[in-house]
Amino acid sequence: MAEISAGPSGHGASVVWWRDERKRALLWQILVVAAIAAALWFIASNTIENLRTLGVPLGLDFLEFPAGFAISFSLIPTDLESSIGRLILAGILNTLLATAICIVLSTILGFLIGVLRLSHNYLVSRLATAYVEAIRNVPLLVQLLFWYVAIVKLFPNVRQSINLGDVVFLSNRGIYAPRPVPQDDFSMVLVAVAAGIAIALGVRYWAKRRQEATGKQFPIGVAAVCAILLFPGLVSFILGNPVEWELPALKGFNFQGGIVLQPELATLIIGLSIYTAAFIAEIVRGGILAISHGQTEAAYALGLRPSRTLRLVVVPQSLRIIVPPLTSQYLNIAKNTTLAGAIAYPDIFSIIGTSLNQTGRAVENIAIMMGFFLLVSLVISWFMNWYNRRIALVER
Amino acid sequence: MTDETVSTPPSEERKPDLPPPTSVSGPIAWMRDNLFSSPLNIALTALSAYLIYKVVPPLLQWAVFDATWTFPPEVVVGDRPPSFSDCAPGGACWLFVRARLGQFMFGFYPDPERWRVVLSFVLGAIGIYGLLGGPARLKRHSAIFFFVAFPILSFWLLRGGLGLTPVPTEQWGGFMLTLVIALVGIVLSLPLGILLALGRRSNLPIVHMLCVIIIEVVRGVPLITVMFMANIMLPLFLPPGMDVNVLLRVLVGTTLFVSAYMAEVVRGGLQAIPKGQFEGAMAMGLGYWSMMRLIILPQALRISIPGIVNTFIGFFKDTTLVSMVGLYDFLNMVKAGYKDANWVGVEISGYAFCAIVYWICCFSMSRYSMYLERKLHTGHKKR
Repeated sequence: MAEISAGPSGHGASVVWWRDERKRALLWQILVVAAIAAALWFIASNTIENLRTLGVPLGLDFLEFPAGFAISFSLIPTDLESSIGRLILAGILNTLLATAICIVLSTILGFLIGVLRLSHNYLVSRLATAYVEAIRNVPLLVQLLFWYVAIVKLFPNVRQSINLGDVVFLSNRGIYAPRPVPQDDFSMVLVAVAAGIAIALGVRYWAKRRQEATGKQFPIGVAAVCAILLFPGLVSFILGNPVEWELPALKGFNFQGGIVLQPELATLIIGLSIYTAAFIAEIVRGGILAISHGQTEAAYALGLRPSRTLRLVVVPQSLRIIVPPLTSQYLNIAKNTTLAGAIAYPDIFSIIGTSLNQTGRAVENIAIMMGFFLLVSLVISWFMNWYNRRIALVER
Repeated sequence: MTDETVSTPPSEERKPDLPPPTSVSGPIAWMRDNLFSSPLNIALTALSAYLIYKVVPPLLQWAVFDATWTFPPEVVVGDRPPSFSDCAPGGACWLFVRARLGQFMFGFYPDPERWRVVLSFVLGAIGIYGLLGGPARLKRHSAIFFFVAFPILSFWLLRGGLGLTPVPTEQWGGFMLTLVIALVGIVLSLPLGILLALGRRSNLPIVHMLCVIIIEVVRGVPLITVMFMANIMLPLFLPPGMDVNVLLRVLVGTTLFVSAYMAEVVRGGLQAIPKGQFEGAMAMGLGYWSMMRLIILPQALRISIPGIVNTFIGFFKDTTLVSMVGLYDFLNMVKAGYKDANWVGVEISGYAFCAIVYWICCFSMSRYSMYLERKLHTGHKKR
């Protein structure tokens, strides 16, 4: 024992160096760093060697090249002469468009189904359960392919399209709807909308102050609807409705005018929203169930009506439970839009794939795509974390 | 006297209880409480009933009554191959499934060798049962069997060699390939996921950072990107002249992907273990690995089993994505069937069959996971 405690350094530190926890930690980390460095060097040198053999240069110059391929749907004007960079931008916008629409639709549908699943109505809750169990146990890709075939095959062709009151037309080329064309005085209506929102915010502030001071309540919801919807409507009516609706009309082999929701985008939106809604419904159900029954009973005992109990007591508390898993569902939506490649919707994944085939620049193309998705993930997580902090329980 | 009538002694036997009034029990009361309690509820009931009426009978009509189940006589005799035109127009065409079931299940795996596929999946099923549902005293043997012996055995069975006819992976396909990808994913990703989770909880800053980066980057990008990357980049990363099989590339990508999700599930289990367990283990003089192996992981993994099964269900559905990099899994095999000129137009029935098969697999797995959750409920959770 004495020999061990009398170490070479003289004082109490007495263990052999490889038994010292701190030194071992350091050693392990040095080994890890060395292994990573070796792996990276191995990968990098092999990649450079392979690219040299293939004759493919590295660099982002290919983004300027003319693409030579067209895409079927784009928010920004593109044609065959557009550069690859521009097409990738179009693909990014297409992905973002589909993501945004699907997030909104699946949230609405998911909350609805989740609440219906908790309904005391036997038929309704069973129907909601059947929906959730049927949808979430079938792969999304199968569902998307199914919807695509269903829309393209089962919808009639353009000439026999389903006519909804001469306004909306459904056919296998997509859904055609009227397009609003703003006229001269339309800016006044926009000003009225902005003023309406400002008035609604002001009223809300005033009503809150008054309720805190006197306890009197004010119907804020009705006031807000009046200010935001009716006021601009009135302005628009006085100005003689400065919006004209451009109706789609059948000319030749296709519809002209109006806005069109193409079958690919329609499939993606329908399929992805229905799929994600099943998961969101389960999250919502779990969140509401997690609120103890005592909360509801206490609210009733205080004399709150059921609707107010739900709005003021149950929902704010369950949102805290719902939001974190909801965030990962939104991230899933963004990631799952890549399946659009299977139904020929030109999202970023399919455009990067085509670009990769055309230019052979694997490293750069894949880096752009992964960078884009990491950025989207970061932004959505950041936003939802911010929202989560806002609704979090303020504790001591 | 009136008193006498009142004080009549009660009869010997008690009369049977009257049934409760129909207003509080029985089907009518149930319907009043559950279906018609308020105007809103009546409206919802009516809407649901209408929806069921609009969906269920036509679906049954299409899938069962109007569907074509049997081959016409000239096909049975063998005069010509079956085709889409043999099916009645308004119903599902299950002839397509019957005619190609062998391909859907085994891909291009040679007919006389298919028993090997069946045998290796039976072995896998036994291993999974031993791990999750079998007797506790056999857990260690089951784990060694499933994570060591089973992969080697089934690789030999499927691939051939050493006395068996070799079958190249290009001939693998159909439901068998789906199961291979799913099982390889789970067998490899669980150990890797545990390592990543331990790394993420590690006190060593560099190890911690490395694991966080790997987990978050992989979880931040879609699976198809990871697979695409493995398919295109992996050959670039390896020394020139080293050729990697497409299936192997995809397996590398999917394993990496599932490991990141597995790591998060295991981390959840690790976080649920009370600090006293770590401190107790250290006080007993156990080192890091002994502590993890003997004290922490057995408890953490048991808590994580439902999460692991759920991850596996998600991954099982995601295996359909391998069709996008050109592998013929179950979905892609069904899709390939439409390219046959005889079967043009059969898509809806084909996808319906796919959906039914995946649904049966995933639904039974999710029920099993719920059962395990109840069985493993050992008091770590609050409620």
